[in-house]
Amino acid sequence: MSTVAISARRQPTWRKLIGFNLLTGIVLAVVGWLVGSWIGARIHAPSLDYFSDTGENDIGIMLGYLFGVIGFLVGLGFANYPIKRMLGHPASLAEHESEGEGALRYFGLCTDHKVVAIQYIVGIGVFFLVGGINAMLIRTELLQPNVHVFGPNQYVTLVGMHGAMMMGMMTSGILGPFANWLVPLMIGSRRMAFPRIESFTFWLLMAAGVVLVTTIFMGGFQTGWTGYTPLGTQGTAGYDAYIGFFALVGLSMCLLGLNLVVTIITMRAPGMTWNRLPIFVWSVLATAVLMMLAAPMLIAALLMGAFDRTVQTAFYLASAGGSAYLFQNLFWVFGHPEVYIVALPGFGIVLELLPVFCRKPLWGYRLAVAGMLGVALLSFFVWQHHLFVSGINADLRPFYMLSTELISLPTGFIFLCAMGTMWRGRIRYTVPMLFCMGWAFNFLFGGISGVFLSDVPSDVTTHGSFFSMAHFHYTIMGGLVFTLFAAIYYWGPKMTGFNFNERLARIHFWTLFIAFNSTFGPLFALGLMGQPRRVVTYPTNLQALNDWVSVSAFVIGLSMLVFLYNLIWSMVIKREPAEDNPWDSKSAEFQLPTPVPLHDFDRIPVFDSDPYPYGVEPAPVLTPTTQGA
Amino acid sequence: MSGYAKRLTGIVIGAVVVCVLLGLYIGVYLSSQPGSASAAQSPGGVHLYLGTVPASEGTDPHPSWVSYYAVDATSGNWRHDTTFVLPANTVVTVTVYNYDGQSGLRNPFISQSEGTLSGGFTLDGKPTRTVDPDAASHIFAIPQLGVSVPVEGVTDDAKNQCANAPCPLSTAHTTTTFSFRTGKPGLYRWQCFVPCAAGYIQGWGGPMQTVGYMDGFIKVV
Amino acid sequence: MTGANHWRRLVLWWLGTSIVATLLVVLVLAPIVPPGNGSVEASGQVVDNTVLLGVSTPIAMAVLVYFIYALIVFRERDTSAVLDGPPIRGDARIQTWWLVVTTGLVLFLAGYGTIRMLADGAGGGQGPNPIAKPTGASRALQVQVIAQQWKFTYRWPSYGGVETSTLELPANRMIAFHVTSLDVIHSFWAYQLGVKADANPGFDNIAYVTTKGPLTFDIHCAELCGVWHGYMFEKGRVVGPSQFSTWITQQRVRNAPATKSLPPYSKQYFPDPQRRGG
Repeated sequence: MSTVAISARRQPTWRKLIGFNLLTGIVLAVVGWLVGSWIGARIHAPSLDYFSDTGENDIGIMLGYLFGVIGFLVGLGFANYPIKRMLGHPASLAEHESEGEGALRYFGLCTDHKVVAIQYIVGIGVFFLVGGINAMLIRTELLQPNVHVFGPNQYVTLVGMHGAMMMGMMTSGILGPFANWLVPLMIGSRRMAFPRIESFTFWLLMAAGVVLVTTIFMGGFQTGWTGYTPLGTQGTAGYDAYIGFFALVGLSMCLLGLNLVVTIITMRAPGMTWNRLPIFVWSVLATAVLMMLAAPMLIAALLMGAFDRTVQTAFYLASAGGSAYLFQNLFWVFGHPEVYIVALPGFGIVLELLPVFCRKPLWGYRLAVAGMLGVALLSFFVWQHHLFVSGINADLRPFYMLSTELISLPTGFIFLCAMGTMWRGRIRYTVPMLFCMGWAFNFLFGGISGVFLSDVPSDVTTHGSFFSMAHFHYTIMGGLVFTLFAAIYYWGPKMTGFNFNERLARIHFWTLFIAFNSTFGPLFALGLMGQPRRVVTYPTNLQALNDWVSVSAFVIGLSMLVFLYNLIWSMVIKREPAEDNPWDSKSAEFQLPTPVPLHDFDRIPVFDSDPYPYGVEPAPVLTPTTQGA
Repeated sequence: MSGYAKRLTGIVIGAVVVCVLLGLYIGVYLSSQPGSASAAQSPGGVHLYLGTVPASEGTDPHPSWVSYYAVDATSGNWRHDTTFVLPANTVVTVTVYNYDGQSGLRNPFISQSEGTLSGGFTLDGKPTRTVDPDAASHIFAIPQLGVSVPVEGVTDDAKNQCANAPCPLSTAHTTTTFSFRTGKPGLYRWQCFVPCAAGYIQGWGGPMQTVGYMDGFIKVV
Repeated sequence: MTGANHWRRLVLWWLGTSIVATLLVVLVLAPIVPPGNGSVEASGQVVDNTVLLGVSTPIAMAVLVYFIYALIVFRERDTSAVLDGPPIRGDARIQTWWLVVTTGLVLFLAGYGTIRMLADGAGGGQGPNPIAKPTGASRALQVQVIAQQWKFTYRWPSYGGVETSTLELPANRMIAFHVTSLDVIHSFWAYQLGVKADANPGFDNIAYVTTKGPLTFDIHCAELCGVWHGYMFEKGRVVGPSQFSTWITQQRVRNAPATKSLPPYSKQYFPDPQRRGG
């Protein structure tokens, strides 16, 4: 952990608590919530009679969330910079990246991209844990064919919470920690283009997560993570939390994407041409573009939903002139790019790691880039395959069938590049490499099962069943989560300065890999045997298979505990210092000392090759440029 | 070593906090399950007495929500329980005292009773098979057992209407009686089909979507 | 070993394993893949699944065989020093061939799926103006499926607009399901018949199916519709034509009181309350 000694006078502890920090943020969040609720009650109660009937004040809740989040962010100090600049003052030093020392930097607004990355991985990790606990509870309920632990209300809320946690919070699961940490280092920049926005996206995401958890005190939401209306519109106040959560996530995603796109386009060091950009940065670029373009659609869709619930518009209410299809369309225009936002960074990680562990240059660099950009482009043209049996635009089904299946071309490029890189390489079975191979196996079956879902006749049976559920777990969990762990084991020691226990890491991989396939493989069969998604009951003849799946799911949970133990043991307790370049990588970030210094590079480096000069040249020398800082 | 001890303490405290928070989180899901009420066994057979009110009792978390109640026939006590325990393979006579007004059905078809022993039900003592779809206040339906009986509402101009549970029999109400035979042991659901959730879109949110108000379980043992 | 030798061995391994695997999948797995032979459309889906399985198995085997081969043969045996592999950065021929082959496969799959779908609609919901009509669709028996929270009911325009709470269908007859909803989005899934069509409020979603012999089939709601979504299931039956006409006549008599109060048959319904209930 990089700390910097600064000659500030010591302050008494109580004085440190006053100012723009996390504590102030939480206090102002509560104040904001109260103010919003009060305003909401003033507007709502006199003008709309349903307030007294339902006993729920949707306007108050929405305004409460809005003001609460604003209060939280103001308390953290995000308003200082724009206000000072508007008043003509110089910017405050309080958010300067070198300000503060030690652990406190991790609990507030910090503009050091390495600190934000650590904040992201811990913050998202907490919500990943909650999402995982939800999955365990879901599988507990499904141990028996009838309701036995949770009621149906609690069950659908659990399903929705699991989906929303995983699809909302984990969207930034790789980009948040790893793109923020790696992109500046890989392209030879000392920071992101917008360091305050970088920190802003993180704290916004945390606020979103807290907003989602509040739903359980308001009756939960019955819609699953897709939030279809009019079911959502008729739901209890818990659905307000869903709207608030996903809108904040959307805003966070959009800004994160914007920041990354601008950084990659404008902040590259001399010599870092588009041909030399590490493939991980290309995948980040493709993902960031998707985030930037897709998320506003989600925000718009949710805003209309919020208006339907509060001020009685009827965007989604067919009986009052709206359309239930509108939300489905808007949601999936966002939602399908969303699943590639989740998958693409994984492609980048695998192709970034394979050259290191096969000791070969990346095979077919341009093809890989084309694959990533192709996936990004095509993902905007496939969303109606989620609506094949919905009856809308049935004439367009052949087009969406074609466009969906076309996505397997660029995805195939990624596989070809991975296979080409392994060709006659010198493959070393390190833990990150194992996770990459796990990705290849899982994503292969995820992709092939996707062919069945993209084919209309086959989709008639598989749509909305456990088959499609198994499919997207193979691509998202098998894709995102496996590559996330590859990245954690690969870059984690570099980021924190401490090594993982390798034995535990291997146990983690093998239990996770086997239990993952043992969980989601049978779900294909369950779907084909007629079990719809999100049901709390199922026919008794499916119990054996469901119990098998549940037990396997608990083993996944155990393997995650092994990881958690390894993480805490290695990073906090044992603390075995990591080498500068444990994997003999030729990538730029591994040429820096461990831990990476506060300002990354003493001088802006000059690149004279791509990061994969294996087999021929010596490692690229990061020559200092004469241009200076 | 003091740094080591410090970190260890931090970990222990952190682990305890996380475990407590997760425990609370899971606890929220496990709590708020509605209670259960058994049918009254008497020489005349098994009787289940239910009451429906336009608004729950004042101490309920949702005092403005419409709800079913289990009514104790002897003491006249009202209990906010919606899991009804019935014996298996037995004829159960259900009496619904309805104090709620008329809402009307989304699908008028359901105004016709189904699955009862007599082929119909009695409304205030008169045998019938249907109610006026617009006069329906609630439905008591157990879809898995094929039972569905409409409950007529109190007219708008009725005198001495009851607003909140519990409602005494002296206030305006309708009485619906029917009997059906329970099947083999198991957990069945029951629900209302009238859009009676005031203030929610299409009258179908809140109490209609929350087990413990207009929905619940029949536990056949 | 030379590159050509690796190639030869890979191709042989692939041929061997994929012939075995494809035969196993097509002959053993595909026949038991649901939805079975409950209707013409269901059988069509089985054929479709068989073709998809037959095409995708060799592809999966190719990737799997390559990965396993590479992981075994190209593994680093000498871990004492870090040695680099040959600096191969690509091969235009392989890339071109890969592109050609995968494009061909994708176009075949999309074309095949389109042809199969256009033949009879494959049992899927197609909206109010279906383009994929099976031959003789105009003579199909019209059955309206009315979904509401949390129940399906069925309305029969050709039998006096009677509504029933259970579903029985005549055998060997083409059925046109008109699926609609009174409140939120549901999905009518008649599993053994291979029918799935979303029920949208204010929308007429048509799905065709041609029944075969008598059977009992499962009906599920396949779109999350609220708290009792998991309980929205029931059984339907396909029965002989004479049994069906007896059943529908009985239903008309039995449900006559309710039929009187039903609104006139319509493609969609907007019952009160249309907005907030009270």
